[in-house]
Amino acid sequence: MTAEVGSGAREGRNLSPLELHVPEPKFRPGDTADYSDLFIPVAGVAVRPEADARPDSFHELAYSLVRVLDDDGQAVGPWNPKLSPDRLRAILRAMALTRVFDERMFRAQRQGKTSFYMKCLGEEAVAIAATFALEKDDMCFPSYRQQGILIARGWSLVDMMNQIYSNKGDRLQGKQLPIMYSVRDASFFSISGNLTTQYPQAVGWAMASASRGDTRIAATWCGEGSTAEGDFHSACTFASVYRAPVIFNIVNNQWAISSFSGFAGAESTTFAARAIGYGIAGLRVDGNDALAVYAATEWAAERARTNQGPTLIEHFTYRAEGHSTSDDPGQYRSANESADWPLGDPIARLKQHLILLGEWDDARHAAMDLELAELVKASAKEAEKNGILGHGLNQPFETMFEGVFEDMPWHLKEQCQQMLDEQKAAGL
Amino acid sequence: MAVELKMPALSPTMEEGTLAKWLVKEGDTVKSGDILAEIETDKATMEFEAVDEGTIASILVAEGTDGVKVGTVIALIQGEDEEAAAPVTKAPEPAPAPKTEEPAAAEAPKKAASGTEKLASDAKAVVADPDIPAGTEMVKTTLREALRDAMAEEMRADDRVFVMGEEVAEYQGAYKVTQGLLEEFGPQRVIDTPITEYGFAGVGTGAAMAGLRPIIEFMTFNFAMQAIDHIINSAAKTNYMSGGQMRCPIVFRGPNGAASRVGAQHSQNYGPWYASVPGLIVIAPYDAADAKGLLKAAIRSNDPVVFLENELLYGRTFDVPKLDDYVLPIGKARIMRAGKDVTIVSYSIGVGLALDAAEKLAAEGVDAEVIDLRTLRPLDTATVLASLKKTNRMVVVEEGWPTCSISSEILAVAMEQGFDDLDAPVLRVTNEDVPLPYAANLEKIALVDVDRVIKAVKTVTYKG
Repeated sequence: MTAEVGSGAREGRNLSPLELHVPEPKFRPGDTADYSDLFIPVAGVAVRPEADARPDSFHELAYSLVRVLDDDGQAVGPWNPKLSPDRLRAILRAMALTRVFDERMFRAQRQGKTSFYMKCLGEEAVAIAATFALEKDDMCFPSYRQQGILIARGWSLVDMMNQIYSNKGDRLQGKQLPIMYSVRDASFFSISGNLTTQYPQAVGWAMASASRGDTRIAATWCGEGSTAEGDFHSACTFASVYRAPVIFNIVNNQWAISSFSGFAGAESTTFAARAIGYGIAGLRVDGNDALAVYAATEWAAERARTNQGPTLIEHFTYRAEGHSTSDDPGQYRSANESADWPLGDPIARLKQHLILLGEWDDARHAAMDLELAELVKASAKEAEKNGILGHGLNQPFETMFEGVFEDMPWHLKEQCQQMLDEQKAAGL
Repeated sequence: MAVELKMPALSPTMEEGTLAKWLVKEGDTVKSGDILAEIETDKATMEFEAVDEGTIASILVAEGTDGVKVGTVIALIQGEDEEAAAPVTKAPEPAPAPKTEEPAAAEAPKKAASGTEKLASDAKAVVADPDIPAGTEMVKTTLREALRDAMAEEMRADDRVFVMGEEVAEYQGAYKVTQGLLEEFGPQRVIDTPITEYGFAGVGTGAAMAGLRPIIEFMTFNFAMQAIDHIINSAAKTNYMSGGQMRCPIVFRGPNGAASRVGAQHSQNYGPWYASVPGLIVIAPYDAADAKGLLKAAIRSNDPVVFLENELLYGRTFDVPKLDDYVLPIGKARIMRAGKDVTIVSYSIGVGLALDAAEKLAAEGVDAEVIDLRTLRPLDTATVLASLKKTNRMVVVEEGWPTCSISSEILAVAMEQGFDDLDAPVLRVTNEDVPLPYAANLEKIALVDVDRVIKAVKTVTYKG
């Protein structure tokens, strides 16, 4: 007999019925989002442990928020990475370039030049400041929203656009979805459409690097929603057990398509606190503060390079745009959530800081924006010379059979030849 | 030359929309990023922005126009680099005009082309399903609505039935299959989940063991690869391993097979995978009536069911019988078209191709019978073999890979049990044996199509 729930047998027992809890976001379309009960610690107060401190000696950092830039744009506290003005300007430029690139490609999708695009509006710092704190050959295992890594590493915009347009210049030969870049020369792993697969792979890569006595470390990114995936937990277990030289980044941008962070557990604890159970160093960082992201990554990289093991960093940020070009967030979240995000905009905040230092001004910023817009526009025109997606007739037919295996097996050679013969006979 | 602004697509599957509002007028100067118009679809509203600078030369589709096809020229814009002197002729009618005389280079439609377009078919069964009583009123229903109706009816009839999956509640399903269910049944029975197929497949299996009747929606079966352990090692084994003490009455459902321009990781047919597993029922319907009748049967089944839908079919309209409780038998194939010269066997989206091919073959004097398997496990071999006995020739059509496929299985059955009825080797028409490419032209040649079905039929009838 099956032990059925709700099948009776409750007689004579004076127990109150159980209740199933289903999370619900505080604000929906039509509501005015109000962040007044969101606790945001003051910038500069979080302690900065030594890089060789034991992970269990700073649990409070998983529940707090590492912030460097205060509300006036001053860099304060022990996490201040004290970067040179040139370095700060380079980070600012990469973030601004990423934003312009995103805007152009988003509109290109609306014009039918590609089928799909994903912006990282509002969370540029999470990828870019982190990349600046890593070595150029440290291996990155991103999710689909860290295009900023490639831009921070100075990768060709035209090459990225060629992939987005699936055109003649696409090094991936039209095999993969737009934005699913793969750039070995920039130490940038192929983006997967299936969530969080990159997490255990980053750990495996890091373990291999350690076992070979290499000096490179790995960094990986996933969304807060993706921490529900089994891959996330397996990755944490292995990284902890083998002290893998890896940095886990959780981009907590509050939304996984239409599911708010509560569906990944945010009602009960922080995502950084996931680290505690695994005995991993855990930090919770203001993801819209480029200096905090830089400092946390720099610290985590030092731990990894000195064999102290993995660090998990929760970047607390906000996804200011829809999930992708196929999404309309107006259907499920409050309209003012993005504009009223209490931690501001990463570009505006770093700009303010540079101005405060006397190293930047509005005129230079405007000139930079103009220069970047022209750069992106020129790159787009260059890429469009190789074709745009629209007609999709850019790839030579035989490439379909290439790359399935190292060497093409006989049956695919036969298929390929047969197809080419048919195309020829049909006059194509 | 003026640049044409064409009706944009919000997603690769969008076909048309409403031009809700123009925010610019003729003569306005626009720059990159300016919002030109608002476009509405049943799913969302989007703002249509300018990519380049220029002057709006003419507006060709008036605001408020419904059903504007993606790719229709809606306005002309005079580019920044061009002499503004040349006046642009205004089109006489502000109606969605199909584009006619463009140079080939400018042929790019605003809707991204897809190799899956050739899978599109509105082919309907020619033979009525014997399970529908004669004279029953038929209602035009999309496949998406039929699936929703099946779930809603079963949820009304049985309070043990609930739906769980990513985006099924508030968002109404990633493909809007659960539309309206949250409103009617509430968040305790239409449950959004954390993003872990492995997790909610396991949780659903546990709930089924506890006596509930879960419907687990996978956003696509491509994401269910990590859940396959629970489906095969737990759900499919519960009855067997408990010596019959425990059942696992659960439905795992969602889109399967190639969709439009979604690349190698999101375009796979798992029919053959699940159909090889003892303990599972596997259903893959083609039309809306079968989808409804079989999903209701699946929800009532005491066995775990894998119910494979197809994204490209969701929006298609079919006749669904207006009956209070339309439930179909599991494990029964359906003759969609009667014929005497050759049998074409298929399932899911392949059935439309088979019917289209049969139609064209009829014009050439070949009378093809089309069988929709509907259920992949248990397989209705009796219907297939009876047809083979009649036609003596067979072709199997499958939108999937050739190796170890449903086609292979049908071939084996024909060989083992229908050998004496065969006048020609059975042929299979499948996708190419490669991961599905993203590029439209490669996607197109990698997938099955009507021409290949016709060619195979001509081969087995010795007419090719």
